[in-house]
Amino acid sequence: MSPTFDYAPAPESRDIARLQPSYQIFVDGAFRDGTGDAVKSINPADEEPLAEVTEAGPSDVDDAVRAARRAFEGPWSAMSGAERGKYLFRIARAIQERSRELAVLESLDNGKPIKESRDVDVPLAAAHFFYYAGWADKLAYAGYGPDPRPIGVCGQVIPWNFPLLMAAWKLAPALACGNTAVLKPAETTPLSALVLAEIIAEADLPPGVVNVLAGGPAVGQAIVAHDGIDKIAFTGSTEVGKIIQRTVAGTGKKLTLELGGKAANIVFEDAPLDQAVEGIVNGIFFNQGQVCCAGSRLLVQESIEDELITALQRRLATLRVGHPLDKNTDVGAINSAAQLARIRELSEVGEAEGARRWSPPCELPDRGFWFAPTLFTGVSQASRIAQEEIFGPVLSVLTFRTPDEAVAKANNTPYGLSAGVWTEKGSRILSMANRLRAGVVWANTFNRFDPTAPFGGYKESGFGREGGRHGLAGYLDV
Amino acid sequence: MSEPRVAVRKTYKLYIGGAFPRSESGRSYPVSGPGGEVVHVAQASRKDLRDAVVAARSASVKWSAMTAYNRGQILYRIAEMLEGRREQFAGYAGVAEVDAAIDRWVHYAGWADKYSQVAGGTNPVSGPYFTFSLPEPTGVVGVLAPQQSSLLGLVSVLAPVLTTGNTAVVVAAQNRPLPAVTLAEVLGTSDLPGGVVNLLTGFTAELAPWLAAHRDVNALDLTGAAPGVRASLQAAAADNVKRVYVPSDDDWTAAPGLSRLNAFVETKTVWHPIGV
Repeated sequence: MSPTFDYAPAPESRDIARLQPSYQIFVDGAFRDGTGDAVKSINPADEEPLAEVTEAGPSDVDDAVRAARRAFEGPWSAMSGAERGKYLFRIARAIQERSRELAVLESLDNGKPIKESRDVDVPLAAAHFFYYAGWADKLAYAGYGPDPRPIGVCGQVIPWNFPLLMAAWKLAPALACGNTAVLKPAETTPLSALVLAEIIAEADLPPGVVNVLAGGPAVGQAIVAHDGIDKIAFTGSTEVGKIIQRTVAGTGKKLTLELGGKAANIVFEDAPLDQAVEGIVNGIFFNQGQVCCAGSRLLVQESIEDELITALQRRLATLRVGHPLDKNTDVGAINSAAQLARIRELSEVGEAEGARRWSPPCELPDRGFWFAPTLFTGVSQASRIAQEEIFGPVLSVLTFRTPDEAVAKANNTPYGLSAGVWTEKGSRILSMANRLRAGVVWANTFNRFDPTAPFGGYKESGFGREGGRHGLAGYLDV
Repeated sequence: MSEPRVAVRKTYKLYIGGAFPRSESGRSYPVSGPGGEVVHVAQASRKDLRDAVVAARSASVKWSAMTAYNRGQILYRIAEMLEGRREQFAGYAGVAEVDAAIDRWVHYAGWADKYSQVAGGTNPVSGPYFTFSLPEPTGVVGVLAPQQSSLLGLVSVLAPVLTTGNTAVVVAAQNRPLPAVTLAEVLGTSDLPGGVVNLLTGFTAELAPWLAAHRDVNALDLTGAAPGVRASLQAAAADNVKRVYVPSDDDWTAAPGLSRLNAFVETKTVWHPIGV
C-alpha cells in the first residue's frame, strides 16, 4: 500500500523552546549552581547536547529540605487555602501561556513527538494545577475530616517519560494541601521541571515552597533517606519502588508509589475492529511505549487473531517514525541509550524464546536512539516479553478463547496498573472491568488521563492514587 | 446431696479454612483460662500460617464477589451470634468490652453497602467519556491483632478488613488468645464462608516476619507488632509492595472513623467513551 500523497516536513522550530546554555537548580526561591557535577542534557533524537545542567549535591539536598521546612512552618501552612489556591491558579495559567515553549522543550529533551507534548503533556499539566488549585480551600469537604492537615515536607522523585506532567501530578496536590516540596526530575529530562521552577518563581510563591533538584539516583536516594522529609512520592520502576519502600520502613514517612505495569489490552471477537486497532496502537506506541500503563500485552480472542493482526500490521505500516519536532511524527525517539539497550535486549529475548518478531519497513535516523514499532506474535504466557515491563514500542500478542481465560492471563503478572477491554457487549465490559485486577480499566478506549480521574496501581504497581479527590489522601495527614 | 460437677473444659485450637485444627507442629503454650485454670493453646507454625494464607486466598474469590448487602448481612449475623454468647465472652473481657465489640460488628455491618458510595464516585473528565472510580478489596490482609485489647481491639481491626471484601490471616494477641479462639467459634457459626477469617494463636515475634514476607499476602496491619520490630516488618513487606497500616493510636472506645476502611482498598477507575 503506497500513500497517494507524501508528507511534507512540518517541523516546529526549536527556537521556540528558548533553550538556555545552562540550567541551575532551584532552592529556597533562587536559582543557583548545584554542588554536584555539571552534566549535559542531550537530545535523544540526535545525541547532541541541549544544555548544561548543574546537578545537586548532598549539601543542596540539605539546603532544599531546610528551605522547604522553613516555608512549611512559616508562610505556607499559615496561609488560607483560598490564597494558596490562587498561587496554583497562577501556575496553571502560566503553563498555558508558555505551552508552546514547554511543548517544544519537552520534545527536545525527551524525544517524544511534538503532537503528544503539545496535545497531552502540557495541557494536562496545566489542567492538574487548575484542578488542584480549586481544592485548596475546599479540603474540609474532601471526606478526610473537617480540618485535614498537611503532612509537611514532601520529597518527590519523578521519571523521564512525562517530565513536566509528572511534576504537575506531584506538585499540584502537594501544594494544594498545604505541603512544601523537594522535587527531583529524572536525570535525562530535567529541563521542563526547571522551567516550571521559573514559572513558580515568577508566580511569586514564597521561597522554599517548591525546590527543584536536578540529579541522578544519588540525589533521589538522599531525598528518600532524608530525616527532614515527611512524605515520599515516587513514580518509576517497581525495582526502585521496593528499594524506596525498604528505605522508609520504620521512619514514619508517608509513602505513595506509582510503579511499573504490563497491561493487557483484551480484544473480543465482537469488538469494533477499526477502533480497537487505533486503541491498540495508541496503547503501545503512545510515547514510544515508555508509559507505565502502556497496553503492552495484546490479548486477542483466537477467532479474530488473523484478521486483527493483519489490520494491525497494515496500520503500523502507516506510522511515521522520526523527528520529534515534526508535527506529522507518530513515534519519536527512545529517551536514552540505556533504555534503548533494555528494549533491544528484551526483544532479543522474545525472539530467543520463540516468539515471531515483525516490524513495518521504516527508515530510522542514523544518529539518536531509535527503535522501530515491533510486534511479537505467538508469545507464550511464560515468556519474559509477556511478563516483564519492556517500556518501549514493543507489543506482545497472546490469544484466548473464553472470558475466563482472558481474565486469568490478564491478571497473571505481579503488576496491576491498567487494562483495556474491547467489546460491543455492555454487560461483558462491566464484568471484565470488575474482574481485572488493575487500577485503571479502559473500555473501548485506552490511555485516557484526566486530573479528576484517580490513577494508580494494584499489587506491585504501587499504592496510593494520583488525580481526583483520592489524590488528596496522599498529601494529607489522614 | 449431689456431688460437685466437674466442668467440661475447652480445647483452644486454630481456625483455618473454616476448620479448627491443632498446630501441625504439635506445639502448644500455656496461658491462664477464664476460671484461672491453665489452658494450653496451639502455637501456630510457619506452615500453619502458609496454610492460612492459602485458605484466605481461595476464600477471597467468593467473599469479594459477594454483594455488599450480603456481606453486611453476614457481619450483622456475627453480631447476633456474639450477643448470644455475651455471658461467655464477659468471662474473658468484661461485659462493657463485650457489648462494645458487638456494637462494633453492627457498626461495620452497616458500612458494607455504603462505603463504595462514600469512597467512590464519577469523575467529571474533560471529554466524551463516562468514568467512575470505586473501591475494591486489596485481597488477603495479614493482621497482627492488638496485644492488650484482645476482644474489642481484635474486632476493631478485623471487622473493617472484612467489610470492604478482604479476607484475613490474623495472629491473635499472644498472651490473651482465648477470646480470639472463642470468637472464631462465633465466626464459624455466622454464615461467614470458611477461609474468610483465619485465626492463629502463637508467638507474634515468630509468625510476624513470615506474614510480612509472604508474597501472596497483599497487605499488613501492624497494630499488634512491638514498636521495635515494625521497621523490619515494613521492610520485609516491600518484597511484594504490600500496603502496610501502622496505627497512630489505639483507643478502641473511640469512634472508629474511616481510616481502617480506607487502608485496605484499591481504587479502580473505569473509562468508557460516550457516543452513539
